[in-house]
Amino acid sequence: MMLSAHVGGLGVLGPGLSNWPEAAAVLSGQQAYRPAATVLPMPTILAAAERRRVGRVVKLALAIALEATSQAGEDPAELASVFSSSGGDGHNCHELCQALSLAGREISPTRFANSVHNAAAGYWSIGTGAMAESNVLCAFDASFTAGLLEALTQVAVDQIPVLLVAYDSEYPQPLHAKRPIPDAFGVAMVLTPKRRAHSLWRLDAALSDAECERFADADLEALRCAFPAARSLPLLRLLAARGGGTSILEYLDVSRLQVRIEPCA
Amino acid sequence: MRPLLLKNFTATSCIGKGTAATFGSLLERRSGLKSCEFETVNIATHIGEVPGVDAARLPENLYKFECRNNRLAELALQEDGFFEAVQHAASRVGRRRVGVFLGTSTAGILQTELAYREREPVSGALPPSFEYGSTHNSFSVADYVRRRCRLDGPAVAVSCACASSAKVFGSARRMIEAGLIDAALVGGVDSLCLTTLYGFHSLQLSSPAPCRPFDVARDGISIGEAAAFALLERVPDNLDGDSVLLLGIGESSDAYHMSAPHPDGLGARRAIQAALAAAELEPGDIDYINLHGTGTPSNDRSESRAVTSVFGPTTPCSSTKGATGHTLGAAGALEAVISALALKHGLMPGGVHTNQIDPTLTALYIRDNRRAPVARVLSNSFGFGGTNCSLILGRAA
Repeated sequence: MMLSAHVGGLGVLGPGLSNWPEAAAVLSGQQAYRPAATVLPMPTILAAAERRRVGRVVKLALAIALEATSQAGEDPAELASVFSSSGGDGHNCHELCQALSLAGREISPTRFANSVHNAAAGYWSIGTGAMAESNVLCAFDASFTAGLLEALTQVAVDQIPVLLVAYDSEYPQPLHAKRPIPDAFGVAMVLTPKRRAHSLWRLDAALSDAECERFADADLEALRCAFPAARSLPLLRLLAARGGGTSILEYLDVSRLQVRIEPCA
Repeated sequence: MRPLLLKNFTATSCIGKGTAATFGSLLERRSGLKSCEFETVNIATHIGEVPGVDAARLPENLYKFECRNNRLAELALQEDGFFEAVQHAASRVGRRRVGVFLGTSTAGILQTELAYREREPVSGALPPSFEYGSTHNSFSVADYVRRRCRLDGPAVAVSCACASSAKVFGSARRMIEAGLIDAALVGGVDSLCLTTLYGFHSLQLSSPAPCRPFDVARDGISIGEAAAFALLERVPDNLDGDSVLLLGIGESSDAYHMSAPHPDGLGARRAIQAALAAAELEPGDIDYINLHGTGTPSNDRSESRAVTSVFGPTTPCSSTKGATGHTLGAAGALEAVISALALKHGLMPGGVHTNQIDPTLTALYIRDNRRAPVARVLSNSFGFGGTNCSLILGRAA
């Protein structure tokens, strides 16, 4: 069974990759990949008080969502969204667990409210005024592909444009030793049922048994493996190449997702 | 939307293991809330604890998944012939054609809370036995259930706070309708932990007494735990009139505040209207509303406004959280199962613990059980981050 959508704007942020054009240059081989710490911008769509409250994972999600929607020329307030992340705000989680392990067990109400897995989606809705449906998923290392599948079924079945935001950031120690995500990486894209002015590619996807695609470049393969959201990189490479093609994305232990890309002429 | 059949369903909460015990408690207006004695928690509050959770054993090959949340899932899977019904569906349509969509807010985070007490004094390291991915991570419960039931279809955890396990019905519906799968195991599992008990306490949102939804003196929630599951399939040609169908689902976002609902319930209203539109029904077609009804002053005010703005003041509604507590990420699925029982048995369960209905809340809140045919039920679930989901369930005939 094939699921199809048109892909508009993209947003990418990660170690050594500060936006989609930079990621595209690296993935298409025009520029060497130079890993460097991810630089997260201040989320300008939030009021000053909220800006102070949000953690790295929320800044990451909002930055890539804004890049994707502005590139696609879509009004964020009108888009349904799918947020998918393998974990929430690791620093916030650590602070809560730490406080709960101490005698007083005094925890900050703001930290608790921010501990929900859908915090980034909530702040996105507050910052943009989006009242459409927003789903928030987790599938551990399969979170990117699970999010893409959910977004594609919204596009195919409900015939609505959807913003997909997949993002992960690190836990501090001691959780870091158990879940060693090294930094922050995220990817966002706008998927629409019909071709629009800003549509750049047509995407067809189907579940597959084939082996997932890996990178020959050691740094890029390390990046792909380090972040669940970076399991999207083989797809991003197809989008960067502009010529189209087919790739196999990692998903669950029992299945992969085949994606085929055709540029919109 | 095309309706879906709830081929089988089950729920385990503090009011009962399985649907027979759950229905018995609703019929006798029994609450499962009691004074909190959970773990080492030292808060004056009431909770809805499921007895015997930690006595449940996971199969040996899934020992990595050992945590309270997965034990609760295991307990619930064994009720109402649910596990067998899933196996039957899998053998009929194929293991790859059954998806797993489970809602949770905190999954097995209790495991991490306990591990933080056992950190190595010098290095601060967590104990070697601690497993993150199969306990703490939100996906752990979906991963446990798919492995336990040996299902190879798409699987995901939905974690939208207290709307999580209502929203799973939407994800499953889309995947069935897109043709990727033929059946879906949906539901929600959330279990007691310190994060939520101390967290809601820090926000002054938990009541010292058993929660009293829609009461003039309501002062917060009582946290509960539950696991509830349904097996969704396309509607077959020959259908028993007693069968329960998912007729509509509506989702929305408040775009207002992280931990407070929109005061006029605008997001809630949008979700209710979307569910009615999806089901192609009018407000007058709904016989009973199972409210989100948490018992906080702001939720009940906002929800009452949303409900009356769509239905007026004459549609009977109640919250079953006075009986079960607020089971957070499991509430949507638990209340979908309670709604299914209301349809099957013709019971509108009156809200327990509510003494004097707040006169400023205009929705028709019922305190006493009503026995009458119920053809269609709306069930509301709302969560932190301003996420809203309404389900409409109905009898086949």
